[in-house]
Amino acid sequence: MEYEPVIGMEVHVEISTKSKVFCGCANEFDAPPNTHVCPICLGMPGVLPMLNRAMVEASIAVGLALDCTISRWSKMDRKNYFYPDQSKNYQISQYDLPLCHDGHLDIEVGGETRRIRIRRAHMEEDTARNVHTLGSGESGVDFNRCGVPLLEIVTEPDLHSAEEAHAYLTALKQILEYLDVSDCNMEEGSLRAEPNISIRPKGSEELGTKSEVKNIASFSGVQKAIEFEIRRHKKILDEGGAVQQETRGWDADKGLTIGQRLKESAHDYRYFPEPDLVPIVVDQAWEDTIRETLPELPLPRRARIREAYALSEFDAGVITATKPMADFYEATLSAGAPPKQAANWLMGDFQALLSDSKTEIQENKISPEQLAEMIALIEDATISGKIAKDLLAEMFDTGKDPKALVEEKGLVQISDAGELEAMIREVMESHPGPVADFRSGKHKAKGFLVGQVMKLTKGKGNPQLVNKILDEELEKT
Amino acid sequence: MTMTLDLHSRTAHELRDALRSGETTAVEIAQSYLDRIADVDSRVMAYLDLWEEYALEEAGALDERLAKGEDPGPLAGIPIALKDNFCTTHGTTGCASRILRNFESPYEGTVVTRLKDAGAVLLGKLNMDEFAMGSSTENSSVQPTHNPWDIDRVPGGSSGGAAASVAADEAAIALGSDTGGSIRQPAAFCGCIGMKPTYGRVSRYGLVAFASSLDQIGPFTKDVEDLALIMNVICGRDPLDATSADLPVPDYSESLGREVSDITIGLPKEFYTDALNDEMRAKVDAAVAVLKEQGARVIEVSLPHTDYGIAVYYIIAPAEASANLARFDGVRYGFRHPDAKTVEDLYKLSKSEGFGREVQRRIMLGTYVLSSGYYDAYYLKAQKVRALIRQDFDRAFEQCDVIITPTTPTAAFKLNEKIDDPLQMYLNDVYTNSANLAGVPGVSIPCGLTDTGLPAGMQIIGKPFDEETIIRVAHAYERNRGFDPGKPPLE
Ligand SMILES: [Zn+2]
Repeated sequence: MEYEPVIGMEVHVEISTKSKVFCGCANEFDAPPNTHVCPICLGMPGVLPMLNRAMVEASIAVGLALDCTISRWSKMDRKNYFYPDQSKNYQISQYDLPLCHDGHLDIEVGGETRRIRIRRAHMEEDTARNVHTLGSGESGVDFNRCGVPLLEIVTEPDLHSAEEAHAYLTALKQILEYLDVSDCNMEEGSLRAEPNISIRPKGSEELGTKSEVKNIASFSGVQKAIEFEIRRHKKILDEGGAVQQETRGWDADKGLTIGQRLKESAHDYRYFPEPDLVPIVVDQAWEDTIRETLPELPLPRRARIREAYALSEFDAGVITATKPMADFYEATLSAGAPPKQAANWLMGDFQALLSDSKTEIQENKISPEQLAEMIALIEDATISGKIAKDLLAEMFDTGKDPKALVEEKGLVQISDAGELEAMIREVMESHPGPVADFRSGKHKAKGFLVGQVMKLTKGKGNPQLVNKILDEELEKT
Repeated sequence: MTMTLDLHSRTAHELRDALRSGETTAVEIAQSYLDRIADVDSRVMAYLDLWEEYALEEAGALDERLAKGEDPGPLAGIPIALKDNFCTTHGTTGCASRILRNFESPYEGTVVTRLKDAGAVLLGKLNMDEFAMGSSTENSSVQPTHNPWDIDRVPGGSSGGAAASVAADEAAIALGSDTGGSIRQPAAFCGCIGMKPTYGRVSRYGLVAFASSLDQIGPFTKDVEDLALIMNVICGRDPLDATSADLPVPDYSESLGREVSDITIGLPKEFYTDALNDEMRAKVDAAVAVLKEQGARVIEVSLPHTDYGIAVYYIIAPAEASANLARFDGVRYGFRHPDAKTVEDLYKLSKSEGFGREVQRRIMLGTYVLSSGYYDAYYLKAQKVRALIRQDFDRAFEQCDVIITPTTPTAAFKLNEKIDDPLQMYLNDVYTNSANLAGVPGVSIPCGLTDTGLPAGMQIIGKPFDEETIIRVAHAYERNRGFDPGKPPLE
């Protein structure tokens, strides 16, 4: 039978506010265990939470970027369960009234645009990290992560393939990065994606039984886990069996999912409104203020950049893949660089330097102004394009201005016709053979002579001029 | 020492004046209270943790500041004691529970800081029902506290240690917490003043939570002037408590000595039923008559959902408690059962042995009413009825300025009399818990002694954040009641 996969996605994003969601502790990854803790996030007796306003604002920003409705009135709830990664044995979350709801995100798959509905986005606190590697059979709890703000973004089951799921996550991550609200690092756990998958006979409206997959550490892992689950469900159904509703864990090494918890044994979380916090009231004015601070989002920016600078669809896509890249590009243009050349340098040599050294563009030593200046040096024939490649690498290493480097290294192109003429004559005199060859019709010999001239000029000869003068000299007999 | 002998029997404002006039010193005051405690606490058993050395040191430091001409604050040198559920960085914070025995808080609650900043000399921690769950202080895992008026009787609860300490002159002022009557009921039983301020008036930061939407910190005092004095210090917005109200706090001492001729008193007919003991009723009627003589108008009002109060309270309070007490699991602090081998065992054994029976009963009750399939029938419905109870008060306060009721249906009962009958025990809160459900402020003030010599208490309930009017009416009564309630016969 032919089946159609139906996939929904739950994404937990750690929001990179300065402090945790309910206390003043620093929200920082990778600190020594239990150094970013206080009575509040440790759940000491008598403490009370205070909701971090920056978290609410970041969450509203994400909600608006996903075209969600922002609740005028929402609240926090207690989700009760016992586990040592929780300091209070309940998690403060949002249950029936999420801050953001009913939005959507457009994704592109195979040249087509698909609209993925966002059911809700709600605020909650992250848990602590249990450590089982202390030795001596003991376990430890690191509470640094306990109380880190989390935004949980849940889609409707609108995805129909692993590829679409991948495209959705890529687009979501791009938006979160544009909003600068999260590191979105799956390995470090600041972005966690948990797909739920079911399949149904093609054409059927009824939903099949779903499984949910956790513990996935990369987007490609999500894709593989979904593909695995689709195959697993198909096999069960084709053999006449029934899929069990359950939570499964992804084993990246073995490339398969393993059953963890059946629905019947699911927790009863006994949600109830958090009495220690007051309702979250977002009036139109507050929402508008946040809307005004939203940056231009990836899709509109791509369209604008493509049109404004006459770039190809592909180039516009690469340039706007990340906000820092797009910002760098537009800053380079503001500094006077021609759009096409700036795009080529950014996507070519510059990108290669960044990738090879694993440097983020916003942390590299070259400024947009310096890149523009370098392109200007090529444009006014001060340096050749070939020299520019070396120059860019030098700038990347040192952060020095291109003009200063050109002078320091004597990289200025020789465009003095007289000087070049003398050098060309010298080459022709010392290589009579190739000159004779050329004149007898073996035009290939010219390449050799150009090479010798460039060698003599140490690569600084203006290539157009060298060719022109050499042609003239060779014509003379 | 003869000069200091009577200091402990004075009120806080009298001590303040004596200190400022140079009649005495903070050390003498503290010593007088410590002597009194040494004298009577073996019978009253109010203190769980007595800070003798600390109190004398603090008092000494205050005397030095006073000698330099500094003003150490409105509570300078006043000996104050705290219920054992106030987080203090000195001493222990145990909530009279085995699970927190010898627990030392790493931080100090907001109200404790305010007291210290106002110059108070803290004497120690007071007995209570475990985690504030109870009405007799018999649920303390450490010891029972005895009523100073009759050592065979309970002091009420859950702030029984606090009420008894003030009644027995073992503290000038004590602070307790009131979730369903836990300040007002023991104040009535022990013959002192006990106020539960409006929910949100006093920061809860550093008060070990029982039921977060009902808990409120409040004082026990010897007279109404002291009530105004301490309220001026503890009230007000706290940036660490989201539920604390961002409203200006009036100077409560300005409510003292004022007329009540423009005051309308509402008597809720649902409170004056057959369940009310005749003698208690007579005492309250007489008290209302005193106010009437002073020109107050008295009308009957109705709080139609009063009968549902206990039921609603015993759903909401345990529900919140079941989550609030979940953190006591032996993982990070407190009692950890030595035999636990697995995480599940750690939870089960530590909680089973760490919590007393009443606490376990309420945790189970709360867990049940929040469970899937029962939530709507219990918790959600209770919240709806709670809204109706709040509405009752709103409507009644359209007609009157304060509502007056007895604080308790009977005077203090005997130790062990009700300990095996939780329902009878729960009914002790019948007149007090609706103020918690509605969030309104209330005070209990002594209104005489029964024939057997036990204190009776009158409850004055006010509009939200209108503690001023309550204090004004209470003071008018106190000034004009025409008798001295006297001291318990402990000597
Ligand atoms: Zn913290």
